[in-house]
Order: sequence, then structure tokens, then C-alpha cells
Amino acid sequence: MSDAPMNEGRPPRANLSVPHADALDKAADVEGRSLWQDAFRRLQANRAAMISAIVLIVMAFVCFVGPVLVPWSYEEIDWDILEAAPPNFDTGHYLGTDSLGRDLLARILQGGQVSFLVGILATSVALVIGVTVGATAGFMGGRVDQVLMRFVDVMYAVPLMFFIIILMVVFGRNFYLMFLAIGFVEWLTMSRIVRGQTLTLKNKEFIEAARASGGSTISIIARHIIPNVLGVVIVYVTLTIPQVILLESFLSFLGLGVQPPMTSWGALIAEGAQEMEITPRTLVLPAVCLSTTLFCFNFLGDGLRDALDPKDR
Amino acid sequence: MTSVLEIDKLFVSFATPDGAVEAVTGVSLSVEAGECLGLVGESGSGKSQTFMAAMGLLADNGTATGHIRLDGINLLSATEKQLNKVRGERIAMIFQDPMTSLTPHMKIGRQLSEVLIEHQGADKETGRRRALEMLDRVHIPEAERRLDMYPHELSGGLRQRVMIAMALMCEPEVIIADEPTTALDVTVQAQILDLLTEVKDNLGAAIVLITHDLGVVAGLADRVAVMYAGRIVEQGTVGDIFATPTHPYTQGLLACTPRLDVETEELVTIAGQPPNLQNLPTGCSFHPRCPHVFDQCKAQRPSLEKMPGGQARACFHAAMGAAE
Amino acid sequence: MWAYFTRRLFIAIPTLWVVITVAFFLMRLAPGGPFDQEAPLPPEIMANLKAAYGLDQPLWWQYVNYLGNLLQGDFGPSFKYKDFSVTELIGQGFPVSIQNGAAALFLAVLVGIPLGAMAALRQNSGADHAAMTVAMTGIVIPNFVVGPLLALVFGIWLRETMFALPVAGWNNGALPNRILPVICLALPFIAYIARITRASLIETLRTNYVRTARAKGLPFRMVVLRHAFKSAMIPVVTYLGPATVFLLTGSMVIETIFGLPGIGRYFVQGALNRDYTLVMGVTILAASLVIFLNLLVDMAYAWLDPKVRYE
Repeated sequence: MSDAPMNEGRPPRANLSVPHADALDKAADVEGRSLWQDAFRRLQANRAAMISAIVLIVMAFVCFVGPVLVPWSYEEIDWDILEAAPPNFDTGHYLGTDSLGRDLLARILQGGQVSFLVGILATSVALVIGVTVGATAGFMGGRVDQVLMRFVDVMYAVPLMFFIIILMVVFGRNFYLMFLAIGFVEWLTMSRIVRGQTLTLKNKEFIEAARASGGSTISIIARHIIPNVLGVVIVYVTLTIPQVILLESFLSFLGLGVQPPMTSWGALIAEGAQEMEITPRTLVLPAVCLSTTLFCFNFLGDGLRDALDPKDR
Repeated sequence: MTSVLEIDKLFVSFATPDGAVEAVTGVSLSVEAGECLGLVGESGSGKSQTFMAAMGLLADNGTATGHIRLDGINLLSATEKQLNKVRGERIAMIFQDPMTSLTPHMKIGRQLSEVLIEHQGADKETGRRRALEMLDRVHIPEAERRLDMYPHELSGGLRQRVMIAMALMCEPEVIIADEPTTALDVTVQAQILDLLTEVKDNLGAAIVLITHDLGVVAGLADRVAVMYAGRIVEQGTVGDIFATPTHPYTQGLLACTPRLDVETEELVTIAGQPPNLQNLPTGCSFHPRCPHVFDQCKAQRPSLEKMPGGQARACFHAAMGAAE
Repeated sequence: MWAYFTRRLFIAIPTLWVVITVAFFLMRLAPGGPFDQEAPLPPEIMANLKAAYGLDQPLWWQYVNYLGNLLQGDFGPSFKYKDFSVTELIGQGFPVSIQNGAAALFLAVLVGIPLGAMAALRQNSGADHAAMTVAMTGIVIPNFVVGPLLALVFGIWLRETMFALPVAGWNNGALPNRILPVICLALPFIAYIARITRASLIETLRTNYVRTARAKGLPFRMVVLRHAFKSAMIPVVTYLGPATVFLLTGSMVIETIFGLPGIGRYFVQGALNRDYTLVMGVTILAASLVIFLNLLVDMAYAWLDPKVRYE
């Protein structure tokens, strides 16, 4: 049997179950066009994802800058009204007021701040824990891996939502604790993904090369593993943010999240649901904001996944 | 003899985000009953896609034009329903990767017998009996027991034997073997080739052997066609091709096949890279890698010309040599 | 295989114990107690109440007592619903929740799988895009938004028509009272299952063995149903494990919105009211449910993929 000459320079590629590693491989083959440039080009071609990104940036900007321009603050009660009034430009309530006479627009913007903050902060918590645990388990292997992953397994079997609620009750519905509590729940999947990626990467040639040339474990993790896991992590982060925002709204809806006079979209929806017969606007407006945000994050996440994983083309 | 399967001016192209890729350009081939045709070429030369088109198994973004006739039926214009009457019954295919080509959640026996049940309306009992016969025929030990096994319980070589048995179930007129040995260990490769030889001798079916490996072709094929960048560059009997290769690409392939009877210092390779199908060189696609290239090769594309002995090649250089 | 499942059951016991212990002590850390009211009770009444419920004992003794009672199937008395034991409350609430959950899951599988499969078979067609946009909508619009909106439409706007549906109360499980809650609970599942089915079936249809099946000349319908479908269902089954957790949290919202007497609502009320024993009881029940259903999912795996062998 001849050693096929035409196959030269193209080792048969094993069918990897993790597609992203394959994507990285391919990027290495193509000279001059890095994975990131390639992915960005594909992302730009995805109209839904690009529109979503723009909408999200605009919404975040409006939520954080808008309150400065709105004549009322979110907690201020308009003593001349004291009920749910329709939109009125003379009084400065551009979207009307809620049942206590507070400005609905100001409250929606403040709720948006909470949602975006929760999305970013809680996801960061999840990210740090998840990547640390996952990369450590995957790279160290052996007993460390077993212990960490068994722990993750056990955590999966626990209905964590119940624990978040208990935690919220225990610590008096502390605003910042909520970020921590949510982050603590969301890191599990992240750690599994990162571990899987690390395991496939670990045995690749370039890691062996780095090890052979005397790189320390920490420097290999920091300089070779993490940058290569980044693509998957970015995708997962984009998909985690809406889950976290949803979780916060859920807690606030049940009255367990953000406490008055502060508000969030979930809390506004809960209030609006009480009055939907008279003023559907108080339910619909925050609901639209929340859904749009979740929609955009999901589209962006899907777009990023398609861009970073060329397998589907 | 008349040919069972006839391919006439076949074009296959794939739509990709970066434009159309022409995988097969104007290929004409035919196979006769009882004959084995070896189709040789490197990956991307279009050799597999030629017969994927015949089976109606092109990927969704692929389109084929031209004619592929099996006993007068044009397979390219056949409906899915008409194709299904032919596939498995009259024309069968053996794939490259036996590890992933069998359905993991179905028992071997059922995967074999369903071909017969579908095409010949056999009952389960007959199907199973025939499946057993076929497993015996491809020399699978303890065939009875294997019928009730799942694919992952068999080795790669055994699985490829199962694939062959599956292709034989309806005793088809044409068997297409697409790189049947590539994924297997060297020792197993030889056994599978022996088995294919046996099938050819006993069954009288036409066999198309698609491979990148001239060594495989030498033992099994009667005729050989060499493909490069979607076209046939040389065609002839196996004896002619090995004895007097005329196209520089064929010569190159032969030179880099290690031979036991000739002592060499090092492995020879063909210089350069396989061509990019989206950006083919002008003229002869092989010219950037050809040792005998001259001006005409860059300007014009040579056509496949038949020589007196029946051998055919598409090469200006070879034509000049013959004329001199 | 049975050995494996028996062992899994044994691992479940320590997991449950951790859940119980953490939940127990967390609840007790909470500031305030179950008997806090707007007007504080006189100290001697408070002391009597605490003594009656054993809350004057040292914490570790309460814990041991609780575990002991638990082993006998006694979740203790509810602190807020004074005349009921937690066991009784769960006995009333659990059937409501489990009926709604099962109906929602059934509906989700019944609608989600065909929807996803159809989208996969017509990949990139208009029908595919439409189905997947609807699915995405089902995922991103949370059911605490959908619930009130459905109530608005069917309970208020359509009140005078034949489409009117009750939007609150259980009414002993009368069918009309169940429709909106079950649909509301099922929507996100339908969406998820449709998406998972689509992605998985598309991937399966690209496998080599599906190509083999097509090369055999089997009709496409048979190729899909016999050769592709079973493997394509593996991710869907995987999802059913986490889905049960979703179902539990979903029921908190749905039961609150529609005023159903299920365990989800009891849990939320219990948490808000510091009803220690009720919260504990529901948490333990939920944890057991999750563990049990994950086990069922594992068993389904073995059937779907013969390569899976539990040692």
C-alpha cells in the first residue's frame, strides 16, 4: 500500500465532536486571515445580529443617559396626579404615570439600568468562576478534574432557583447580593463548556509545542488555552446575559428582587399586570422593553455562534 | 459488451457563499458488466462527486447537469421515487468510513435485511436469512451472532465487510466503492481488497473503485481513469496506464508510489499544491505543477484525445511526443 | 445496568442531605421569624408560640429533630397555615402542580418535536424561518409576560365571547381553568424543544449513516423516521432533565399569576412569609423530583443510543 502522495500535508482530520476546535484549526490553515477577522466578516453579513447589536447599544445608552434628560426621577411622586395618567407632554410625563403618579418613562429607564447591570455583573461573576473551574479541571485533569466535575454534577441536581429565592429572603433582598446569587447559579454550564474545550485543546500540537519549549502550566493556560477558548466563551456569555436578565425580572416579578422605590422591568411588569384592565400601557411597555432586549441578545448570540463556528455553512 | 452505467458530459457544481465551485467539469465515463473501473485522483479532484451525482446523493447546494444513464434510465432527471427504485437494488455504494456509515441504533441484521424488504418485498424471515448468507459470503465469522449486534460492537474491518454485504443484498448491476479501504488498517485493507476481487469475479457486476491510491487500483481494476481538478486527464487499461503513462500527472503519481521492486533513495512527490477549484489556472489545470510545461499549456486547455491503442489523455506535451 | 441505577439512587441520598442541611440553616439565618407581624406580639405570647413549634430549642437540636421527623415522612407543621401540616399542604398542592406540569410537558413534546422536525426538513425555507422566529419569541418573552397578556386577552377583551376563559382560580381542576395556565407554562418548552429538534435533526441528516440509508434506496420518510430520528432525539431527551427544573420555577410564576393552589405558589408565599417548614418541604420535594427525573433521562439514553452502557 502506498503512502498516498496526494495526501501530503493534509493529515486526515478526526471528526471532532467540538466544532469550535475545528474552526480554530481551519483558521490556522488560512494564511493572513485570522479566525477573528473571518468571524467578524461573517457576523457583519448577518443582518439580524448586526441590527440586534445596534439596538442593544442604543437601548443601553438611552437607559443610562436618558434619566438625565427626563424631567422626573423614577421615585418622585407627582402629587398633582397620584394615579395612572395618560401620556402628557405638558406635565413632562411622556409615557404617562403609574398608579402612584410616578413617571413611567423614568421608571422604565431605571428598570433598564438594573437589567443591563445585572446582565453584565452577574454574567461576569459566572464567567470568572466558570472559566477558572473549567480551565483548571480540564487542564489539570486527574483527581482535580474529577472532584470539580463531580461537584458541578451535584450542583446540577439541586433546584438552584429555590436556593436563590431562599438567599434573597435571607439577606434581605440586597441589590448586590442578587448579582452574586445569580452568578453563582449560571457558572455551572460555563465551567462544563470550558472544560470540554480545554480537554480538546490540551492535546493539540501547539500546546505540546508550548510545553516542549518549557512553558509553565500557568503561562500555557493564560497564553494558549484561554485565548483559544475565548470564541466559545464569548458566544456563551452573550447567551447567558439574557438568561440572567430574565432571572432578575423573574425574581422582581415575584417581589423577591429589586425593592421599592427602585424598580426593574420584572417589577414593572408585575405592577402593570395588576392594572392591565385600566392601563394596559403599564404592562405592555416594560414587557416590550424586556422582550426586545432578550430578543436582541439571543439573536446576537446566535449570530456570534454561527460566525465563530463555520461548520454550519 | 455494452456498458451498464454511462456518464456523459457530467458537470457538478456547488453553490457556496464565495461563489460557485465547479467540482466536476465535463466528465464522460462508462462501465461494463463484470468490469472494474478504477477512478484515481486526489481529494477535491471530483472523483467522488461524479458518482455521488449518479446516486442522487449530492449535498443540498450541489447541482449536476449532463447525463448519467443506467440501462437507459437517466439518473439525473429521475425523481426521488424513481431513484429509490434503483438505489440499493440496481446500483449500490460502499462508503469510505465504515465507522460512521452504519446507523448506530439499529442491529446489523435489520440494516441488512431492510434493503431486501424494501426492494423485493421480502418478509422479515427471508430478509434475515439472506442477510446471514451475505455475511457468510463476505467471510464474517459467527455471522449468526453478528446479526443481533450493534455496529459499535464490530471492528472497522468487520463493519466494512458489513457495508459490502449490504451493497450485495440485492445483487446490483453496479457497485460503487468510494475509498473502501482508506479508513482501515493496512492489513485489513488487503483483506477487503481480496474480498472485492472475489465479489467481482463471482457476481459479474460492474465495479467502480474510487481511490487516491494507485496501489489499490493495480490489483483490482481492469481500466483506469485519472482525474485532476474535475476532469479526466488520462484513461486506459490498467496495463497501459502502469506500463506507458503519458500524462505528466499520471507519471508523477506512479513515480511517487513506492515500489518494492525498484530501489529508491527517497520518496518522490509532485511539486506544488493541489489546485483551488474556485480559482483554476488558465489552460491546462495541471500546468503550474507540470515538469514539461510550455506556452500552449498556459493558454489552451487540452482535450481528452484517444490514441490508437485505446488509451486517452489530455496533454499537449504527450500529443507532441506521439507526433514526433 | 441495574447496579448502576441502584448506585445512582444511593448517590442521591447524600445530595438530598446536602440540600436539606443547607436549606435548613440558610432559612434560620434569615432575619425575622415566621411570627413577625406589623404590631409585635407580646413577648410571652411570642415565647409560647416559639415553644409550641420547638423554636426555643437550640438550633442543632431543631435540626436533628427535623431530620428525624423527615425520615418518618413528616415535614412538620406549617407556620403560617396554622391548621395544616406541610405534608397536608404538599399533598394538596403537588397534584395540582404535577398535573399542570405533565400536561405542559406533554403539549410541548407533542407540538415542539413536529414543529422542529418540519423546520429541519424544510431548512432555510420560509416555513423554517417563520417557525424559528416564533420559537425564538416563545423563548424570549417570559411567561410572566405571556401570562398576564393571555389573561388580558381571554379574560377581559374576549369576556363576552365564546372564547372567554377563566383567568384565576383552580375550580377543582375544571378543564377551562387549566387551559391558560398549561399553555402559558408550555410555550417556552415548545420553543426550546422545537429549536433543539431542528438543530439536532439537521445535524443527523448530514451524518454518513443517513447517507448510507439513502443510498439503499429507502424512501425519505423511512430514512428520517428509522435512521435519523432516534439519534436526533438524544439532545431533546437531554433537555428534558433541566426542563423539569424550568417546570418547577415556571409553576411558581404561573400559579401566582393564575391563583392556582400548587406547590410553586406555596413556596413563594412561604419564602415571603418565612414559613420555614413549608419552604423546606417544597425544596426537598423539588430536589427529589429533579434527581428522579434526571435518572429517568439517563435510562432513556440507554434506549436511544446502544453505545451507552452503564457500568
